[in-house]
Amino acid sequence: MNASAPHSHARRAATPGRTVTFRIKRCEGPGKPSHWEDFKVQVPKSSNVISCLQQIAANPVTADGKTVTPVVWDAGCLEEVCGACTMVINGKVRQSCSCLIDEYAPNEGDIITLEPMTKFPVVRDLWVDRSRLFHNLSRVKAWVPIDGTYHLGSGPKETPASQATHYVLSTCMSCGCCLEACPQFNLEEDKAKWDTSFVGAHAISQARLFNEHPIGQELKGERLDALMGEGGVSDCGNAQNCVKVCPKNIPLTESIAVVGRQTTVRAIAQFFRG
Amino acid sequence: MAGLSAAARIAEAGTPVDLFSVVPVKRSHSVCAQGGINACNEVARQQGYSEYEHFDETIYGGDFLADQHPVLEMANWAPRIIDLLDRMGVPFNRTGEGNRDLRLFGGSLFKRTHFSGATTGQQLIYGLDEQVRRYESEGKVTKYEFWEFLWPILHDGRCVGIAAQDMRTMQIRSFRADAVIMATGGCGLVFGKSTNSVICTGAAAARCFRAGAWYGNAEMIQVHPTAIPGADKLRLMSESARGEGGRIWVPRKPKDMRAPKDIPESERWYFLEEKYPAYGNIVPRDIATREIFDVCVNQGMGVDGDNQVYLDLTHKDPDYLTRKLGGILEIYEKFVGEDPRFTPMKIFPAVHYSMGGLWSTYTKGSYNPQSPLTKHKSGSPAPIDAKVGQGMQLGAINNSMTNIPGLYAFGEVNFAYHGANRLGANALLSCIFDGLFCGVSVLNFIKNEAPGKNPASGLPASSFDAVVTQETAKMKQLLDGAKPSNTEPATNPYHIGKELGDEMTAACTVVRTEQRLKQCLAKLAELKDRYSKVRLADSAAWTNQSFGYARSVGDMLVLAEAVALGALERKESRGAHYRSDYTSRDDANFMKTTLARHTEGTTNVEFVPIDASLILPTARTYGKKESSPKSATPAPALASTTS
Repeated sequence: MNASAPHSHARRAATPGRTVTFRIKRCEGPGKPSHWEDFKVQVPKSSNVISCLQQIAANPVTADGKTVTPVVWDAGCLEEVCGACTMVINGKVRQSCSCLIDEYAPNEGDIITLEPMTKFPVVRDLWVDRSRLFHNLSRVKAWVPIDGTYHLGSGPKETPASQATHYVLSTCMSCGCCLEACPQFNLEEDKAKWDTSFVGAHAISQARLFNEHPIGQELKGERLDALMGEGGVSDCGNAQNCVKVCPKNIPLTESIAVVGRQTTVRAIAQFFRG
Repeated sequence: MAGLSAAARIAEAGTPVDLFSVVPVKRSHSVCAQGGINACNEVARQQGYSEYEHFDETIYGGDFLADQHPVLEMANWAPRIIDLLDRMGVPFNRTGEGNRDLRLFGGSLFKRTHFSGATTGQQLIYGLDEQVRRYESEGKVTKYEFWEFLWPILHDGRCVGIAAQDMRTMQIRSFRADAVIMATGGCGLVFGKSTNSVICTGAAAARCFRAGAWYGNAEMIQVHPTAIPGADKLRLMSESARGEGGRIWVPRKPKDMRAPKDIPESERWYFLEEKYPAYGNIVPRDIATREIFDVCVNQGMGVDGDNQVYLDLTHKDPDYLTRKLGGILEIYEKFVGEDPRFTPMKIFPAVHYSMGGLWSTYTKGSYNPQSPLTKHKSGSPAPIDAKVGQGMQLGAINNSMTNIPGLYAFGEVNFAYHGANRLGANALLSCIFDGLFCGVSVLNFIKNEAPGKNPASGLPASSFDAVVTQETAKMKQLLDGAKPSNTEPATNPYHIGKELGDEMTAACTVVRTEQRLKQCLAKLAELKDRYSKVRLADSAAWTNQSFGYARSVGDMLVLAEAVALGALERKESRGAHYRSDYTSRDDANFMKTTLARHTEGTTNVEFVPIDASLILPTARTYGKKESSPKSATPAPALASTTS
């Protein structure tokens, strides 16, 4: 949100009481073939993809009258802070809760396509398994190594400007949009290969966040070592798709550049140390 | 958040933790908390505030329903919790000098709310999630994400493990444990649409209740005054919007269709400010909700004639708003399409939080005055300091333990701290306090009590297998009855769930009456009957979401009944519980915990005494005066009013 100018959403006037077709890519489980099914939904005002999926769940009948199983999808907060309901909508990755039907399908007969993310294994229908994403946070030790939970006084002071930078980085909700859009991050079902596959923009950005924390930087060396190996920051192909799809406007390419420089400095230092 | 706090505390002591969650823990409902976390702080302290005043505010805010000692300990601990979160790297907003910034929040005249933008819950849970991930990478915590809690396993009356189900493979298995902590949040979905996440069904608590755990103050359901109406949920618009200066108003003329900016000041009715000159827009939630409800529903004064009022921030500097409230303003803009920095928001109350929950116990601390003190005068010196152990005894094994030994309740699912109404920014506090303070109790229980002599690992398999068999049979019954595409409303789980939500919202929220509650109980009986014949539309034995939902509808019905029964039997008005047929507070009969027990399919409630030996109850008025839309000047104060 820009600071000072009013945001006017010239929202198109949507046709009231219209019927929208949801074309959903379905899959019964891992290893099963995918197929498309169309559902017609009469959309009330202020509907979003979630409320339409809820309607379909209660009455799972396809456009051609076939009764099918309810669609399976992942969701949580429904206000774009948990990251759960991420999917590919009309070919673009985003959260489905904030996808408003009045904007996406304002006219009678409009079609909205829903697909699962492609960079993670499908569990069923629109639900994918993103455990690799969390694994990659462990790879870069995305935490402050505190002495424990006992009372040991307050943390370091921080300037408002520094807080503003770090707060934005810290709003990453691990949704995976940046990974879905990244040409270098690919589906990898073999867990043994996770540690050598591209770690992804979100994890690099978290490494930056903790490298800049006065106590977090105790692990900076270990983080950079992890990011200098196979699947690290140098695997980034600079496509810059990540930053374009990030729902939280996190400056991911800036983070990649910062961490890239940090690894270079470390590599040079290591070279001279021998 | 309570679960992660406890996991960190217990894992760091070297005790292995199995962590179960229906979602990846980072996506838990705590991310939705927006406004902040309360604690006495150095600035407020030098202005006359104290931990004791925080305690007093919480008791008064909760309308004297909470046992007082646990609340005292929580308030005393609060500053330590802020320090810890700060050390974990939570990006709290800062002052020019780099100190933690503070804001005003409901029920207090002091700035004592610490915040991280307007996504404080998200930032706090991320800090804790990171610490737990660290313990996980060291092998001290094992996560079971997308696993659903099914039932507590009891052996000789003690909780020795759980049965849980992998939501993907549908495998049901038992897990042995020397202690079990429920940190499963609230039950907003019982009311259909609420501010809660879709996972907040209350099913886990209901299953413990059905297995013999007691439930306290079920009827105490917080309806938050400011939420954005939506088709799928009601999105919270944080109290911090009012804490930062947001003003609630409606046009003085009913159905005034002018744009809000065209309505001059003199034609706006700032009803909260006129009725509550001292607290204004930051009166506690139950009061703000009832006033908004009254203005819209009873007086027909809602904006555009609908059930909505303005929450107006447009008089504030847009840059300031972005810095302090960016997260929630973005939510409004995203879902409504208007920029609240330039156009007043339209909001209405929504079910938000459950003060009630699993009943729990505690051991009193060292502060026990001979007689209760009168209400603390704001800003005056505190009668005691904030040393540990005055409210609750640190490490006592029964702190936040349910009536079942070894089964604990932390966070929102614990009924203990918020009485009949929770103050804003006290929820995150109670979650983390339970995890840290009562986490020590869990460790002591494991070491010094039954598990020390007779650990769960050595118990015979029969108790564990019996529960797995019971849960497998339940699943089989639901799946076997599946009929492809059951769209018959009478037995469709989604229809039953929706009717449940509509009924509970109509009968058990802002205004309650005996007649309506009895009607509600009859409706619940009908829904229960229909539920006994429920038919799924999906018989798949893999990631069957409608099965999971249908199973929890059965649990929600049980919890709903406890809420409605408590509301029926509590023949008074207190905090969030307002009975239009019993409008006064009745301390003699009802300054008591509503205790619900479930045996052989039947729920009974009784009222049990509380320990109110620290502060004497007083009328909870927040200085209310009379105001009407017709006069621009507030009428003189009423002699006495109770809320």
